[in-house]
Amino acid sequence: MRIQRITILAGHYGSGKTTLAVNLALALAKEHALAKEHRPQKTRPYVALCDMDIVNPYFRSADAAKLLKAGGVELISSRYANTNVEAVWAPVEALRVFDDAGLSSVVDLGGDDAGALAIARYADRLRAREDAALWMVINPYRPLTRDIDSLREIRREIEAAAKLPFAGLVNNANLGAETEAETIRGSLPLMNDLSRALDLPVLMTAARRDLAEELSDIENVFAVDCFTKNEWRID
Amino acid sequence: MAEKVLMKGNEAIAEAAIRVGCRHYFGYPITPQTEIAAYMSKLMPRIGGTFLQAESEIAAINMVYGASAAGKRAMTSSSSPGISLKAEGISYLAACDLPAVVVNIQRCGPGLGGIQPSQADYFQAVKGGGHGDYRSIVLAPSGVQEMFDLTAQAFDLADEYRCVVILLSDGILGQMMEPVDISAVSDNSANWNKSWALTGTGGERKPNIVNSLWIVPEELEAMNLEREKRYRKIEANEARWEEFRTQDADIVVVAYGAAARVAKNAVQGAREAGLKAGLLRPITVWPFPKKRLEALADQAKAFVCAEMSLGQMIEDVELAIRCKKPVLLSARTGGMVPTPEEIMEKIKEAERGSC
Repeated sequence: MRIQRITILAGHYGSGKTTLAVNLALALAKEHALAKEHRPQKTRPYVALCDMDIVNPYFRSADAAKLLKAGGVELISSRYANTNVEAVWAPVEALRVFDDAGLSSVVDLGGDDAGALAIARYADRLRAREDAALWMVINPYRPLTRDIDSLREIRREIEAAAKLPFAGLVNNANLGAETEAETIRGSLPLMNDLSRALDLPVLMTAARRDLAEELSDIENVFAVDCFTKNEWRID
Repeated sequence: MAEKVLMKGNEAIAEAAIRVGCRHYFGYPITPQTEIAAYMSKLMPRIGGTFLQAESEIAAINMVYGASAAGKRAMTSSSSPGISLKAEGISYLAACDLPAVVVNIQRCGPGLGGIQPSQADYFQAVKGGGHGDYRSIVLAPSGVQEMFDLTAQAFDLADEYRCVVILLSDGILGQMMEPVDISAVSDNSANWNKSWALTGTGGERKPNIVNSLWIVPEELEAMNLEREKRYRKIEANEARWEEFRTQDADIVVVAYGAAARVAKNAVQGAREAGLKAGLLRPITVWPFPKKRLEALADQAKAFVCAEMSLGQMIEDVELAIRCKKPVLLSARTGGMVPTPEEIMEKIKEAERGSC
């Protein structure tokens, strides 16, 4: 799987963009660290996760700050009110995503067209370059994104707001803690139909790490660890 | 067949309301409940329902008043500061014996406060909130499936007792996502004959009147006493709760909503440490499960009330057990969420104090 230097995640709210963004950035950092080991003199690569979520103040990439730091990922996010407020702004450091050629970035947008708006101000720069891609994250078990027509509409709304076209789809099918391998397999027919209907490739299928091996026959399975707050999780 | 989707608590509320025949939703955006309005705005137009973003919370609750007076299932939702604005309307609904569902996805206060979760509107919900002698049934879900189930039941309770039912939830439950089976409920709104509703006489009957103004004290007292009988019936029939490992418990933790999730983990931790702890989780906080708590007071050495407010529900716990046993408070406020360890410390303290 080829990850662009600037990978931007957009999609319906609650589709799992933040969890994916954190995992993608950590995976990228790991790759870079390995490359560095082999060619220490050549590389000065580093990876950033840029939180541009202007919609949801509750579950955010900042919750994974320690994890990201330990994994060698720089977190670029709003510091206002501990990121607890849905302020309509992007941190000035976000410009490094575009200007720092040594930086690989995963950009986490907020949900729906309202969230995609945050990237529109950079759309001209992004359209002009080949190493950037906008990905559409989809969880077909979410109540409002269970069919092709709804997803087509959300695609249209997000592309209009972002002023950017999607490069492909990410299948993030899950039922939270109740996800099983069959949950993910069950989403494949819809995702294939959707891929044809929207004329966009399925770039990867995300699966919780303990399920990824069982699903290795699916093309581009991406193993994901969950990091969300768990004081109130009941097993 | 079970039909599972991954939902936010806020979405589960909206979906449940639609499924049981609510076609009239009036609201005004406020974090952390805005997904309810967003969901309604997407779905209501598709099914011939009404979604209306009012000019204010006060307007929204009075639109509920109108729709309910016309015999329709109606709902509004907000978060703490917005519920304060709705208090007048809730009192009017109660005075007119109109059924309605009001959702409070609590955030921290007082004032504008912040947008993180809290349970500090407990007094407001269970002790009135608006003016006058009235009660609202108050349901306190503790998971996303229960947000769905209790919303569906809230409409039934409202129609059955012709009162306001408040769904008292919080930002954690509104925002968190869990799988939900949405297939179990259906539109049963036709089960209630609303002969009192303002539906037009068609020249066939005397007009119905919905009114909360009673100038003659004797008449108003009679009205209030009549309604009070209904409240007593609700207290006798509708108290609900869940228990976890209370059978042999020396220390009983009492917690509702999101705090009960943390408390359950604390009880589990206490048990692993050899302490006989249990949890009583009120599902209705009005009516409060008084009788069961009083019975537990004969068995337990002490109680711990765990709440995301500075000692509100603890008053009801002390009243319920007639102060027979000590009640310790485990409290966080201002948007802070307790940890299982904090509550466990209180359980240990209660154990030490009662030896």
